[in-house]
Amino acid sequence: MWSRSKTADLTEGRAPALRFPAPVSAWPASHPEGRIPQAQTASRFRRIPVYRQKYIFLLPGLLVLIAVILFPLLFTIRVSFSSWDVYNPGLNNAGGAMYARMWDDARYWEALRRLSVLSISTVLIQYVLGFALALLVWREIAARRFFRVLFLVPMMTTPVVMSVIWRTIFHESLGPLNPILDAIGIGAQPWLSQPGFAFAAVMVVEIWQWTPFMFLLLLAGLLSLPSEPFLAAKVDGAGPIRTFLSVTFPMMGAISVGAILIRAIEASKIMETVYVLTSGGPGTSTETVSYYIYIRGMRDFQIGYSAALSLTYLIIMAVALTLIAKALMRLMVRGAQA
Amino acid sequence: MTKGTALKRLFLATTVLACATGLASAGDYSKYGIKEDVPGICSYAAIDAKDYSGRTLNVITHAIPVIGEPTALHAQQFQELTGATVNVVHVPFGDLFQRVMIPFQTQQAAYDVLFYASLWIGDFNPYLAEVPAEYQQVSGMQAVTATYRGIASWGDRMLQYTMDGDRHYLKYRADVFDNADAQALFKEKTGRDLTVPATWEEYNEVAAVFTNTDWDGDGAPNFGTAEVTKRDDLMFSAFISRVAPYAKHPDVKGGFFFDLETMTPLVNTPGWVRGLELFVEAQASMPPGGTSFGLGDEIFSFGGGQTLMSYSWDDAFIQAMQEDSPIRNKVAAAMLPGAREVWNRETGAWDSFEDPNRVAYVTWGWTSAVAKDSKNQDMAFDFLCFFANEGNTESDLQIGRFGINPYRDSHFDPAFYETELGWDKAVAETYTTTLKGIDTAPNQVFDLRVPGVGEFMSSLAAGVARAQSGEQTAQAALDGVAAEWNAIVERIGADRVREAYANVVALEDR
Repeated sequence: MWSRSKTADLTEGRAPALRFPAPVSAWPASHPEGRIPQAQTASRFRRIPVYRQKYIFLLPGLLVLIAVILFPLLFTIRVSFSSWDVYNPGLNNAGGAMYARMWDDARYWEALRRLSVLSISTVLIQYVLGFALALLVWREIAARRFFRVLFLVPMMTTPVVMSVIWRTIFHESLGPLNPILDAIGIGAQPWLSQPGFAFAAVMVVEIWQWTPFMFLLLLAGLLSLPSEPFLAAKVDGAGPIRTFLSVTFPMMGAISVGAILIRAIEASKIMETVYVLTSGGPGTSTETVSYYIYIRGMRDFQIGYSAALSLTYLIIMAVALTLIAKALMRLMVRGAQA
Repeated sequence: MTKGTALKRLFLATTVLACATGLASAGDYSKYGIKEDVPGICSYAAIDAKDYSGRTLNVITHAIPVIGEPTALHAQQFQELTGATVNVVHVPFGDLFQRVMIPFQTQQAAYDVLFYASLWIGDFNPYLAEVPAEYQQVSGMQAVTATYRGIASWGDRMLQYTMDGDRHYLKYRADVFDNADAQALFKEKTGRDLTVPATWEEYNEVAAVFTNTDWDGDGAPNFGTAEVTKRDDLMFSAFISRVAPYAKHPDVKGGFFFDLETMTPLVNTPGWVRGLELFVEAQASMPPGGTSFGLGDEIFSFGGGQTLMSYSWDDAFIQAMQEDSPIRNKVAAAMLPGAREVWNRETGAWDSFEDPNRVAYVTWGWTSAVAKDSKNQDMAFDFLCFFANEGNTESDLQIGRFGINPYRDSHFDPAFYETELGWDKAVAETYTTTLKGIDTAPNQVFDLRVPGVGEFMSSLAAGVARAQSGEQTAQAALDGVAAEWNAIVERIGADRVREAYANVVALEDR
């Protein structure tokens, strides 16, 4: 049935349209199966529930999904409407008190603003560096395989362990970085004890650790590009910059958006680096939302309040990332295609 | 003698010999590393006589090594002696509170025995079993000083089983203070003689003179002070050490953190503000990175010989006195510096003191307890009394990384540190004199042991950090803290906080 319709559409010069088989009751009498006795046809309809068995196959996965994702989410929503803390145990009904309190919590909103700056700047730098490295080893260069593996090493290390190592590197008395800076005439810097430097230190660790992720995705994208457009560009006499701007970059638009979004989602949850490197200080200069929620929830044991903070954060991030995704699609995919 | 008689005698002799050997080996517990098994219900012999085969004890404790390592060690020993199965769960400090609290609140008897920070008693007390009278009467518990028995108690009930004693005190490089060149330098710069600081102003002054100077001649610069300044890394304790002499008037009773009557926070009163201003001022005399030092950094900075002075718990002092330390026997201990001007909140004025007001800050300390819902309370208390018996404690005190510090009268004997640890007599004397002085000081401050202490201290640390980083002035930062504390008190209920805080005030105003 489907193939006949497709042929018909093609003959009429239109794009093929999907057509579903007509219901059994509409079959002409000449239809080979139209000769099925009425009772048999009815039994066919009765067999429909048999197809519903497919849902049974979905059930285990569905249950796991409910248990792993939906239940904690629903539970968090419930907890956020309670005032569960160290002195009010359990799920009472506090209405929207936790959300009202959050509204006046300047430290939370400041942490959110700081996180936005941190995420956007680090992800963009990671994208630029990752793209550059991917372009470097995409071409035929010596020891290409070695460099591909080497660039992935930071990503394969445990974030907490790497943060501890970086903390040692940045240590202003005992770490190796300041003596090096001294030796080259730049001078020692207050890496973890001045707000601006501490923020920069967190950025450096994030960029170092996650640029390889960008590199990996973008390299995979580059390797999957067809060779014809590049040959055409070469024939047209395009140089490397022109080829990059007019061929490579536009064709990498979709995968770039994917890579940026995945990293943005991860970057919005930054916690280990801040925890180990600065504990949110000096002052509150490197405190991010995740770390603040950790303090409220785990240290201060304000379970209800931290649930409200988490949910609000989830909603804000979902909306923000959706908007970012749309903007990036328009800019990097549709814009490039136009 | 017939053959039969000879055989009988041989059998009898063999039996007697076997019994004697068995008894001898049963009484020899030196293989566990103890010097002497002090008799009593907590002794190795007494625990060895118990049979807990087939029973399981669940223990939650801190990560290895601090407290976690001795817990694991004594759990293994207890297992061997009694036949019990002891499951020890090690938890990083950041997770410990909630890992204990959630089972409490959800009424799951997840753990029988708990090791945690003693200041959490304000939160945990409803869920803890009282230490039975028989355990309170054992020699090891009777030797616990009144200060640490007070810390273990909630009202008139002992809910925590004492196994550690902590306090803040001053540590300094005695070799530098005794050095003629250093004395001359100080005299030249300040016009006065170099003495061990008696006030925090003097502390800052000494630190400033000796900062960024190679006073130990190793070619690397040295610095004046190492302090715990990193937010969320017990910095609040360092800050309270600095504030206490300015804000804890010896003649004004009724609260250091709050006015017990009104439950008004006192954290933004002039005494507290002065302490914070001096804390901020001292940053100039800290090593590079010293303004974000955690406890570990402070330990290694002073213990490694980088800084002239420091103050916190025993760890830095013990580190400095390790056998491989470059500054072994070059250090000394003293009471925390005091203040010559103390804020009197009753008169609303500063009072002057010729002899500085010295306040002993008895802060933190690990402790242990048994859960009220535990089905194994008999075995749990046996384990704790075994853990803290005299033999085990003497052994544990000698291992710095265990985190167990003096808390019994016998622990303040300098001879112990001279003979067992090889300390010089003068060092041992200053150490034990200081510790004993703190224990018996007339003006003491204890931690805020009330429900929600974590939240109160987290708020305080955030405020202090803002002043340290220059985000706010000392007054503005502490005004912010006071506002937050008011909100917390309002949420918990003023009466509830007052009832708990009365226990703290009772300890301070003894």
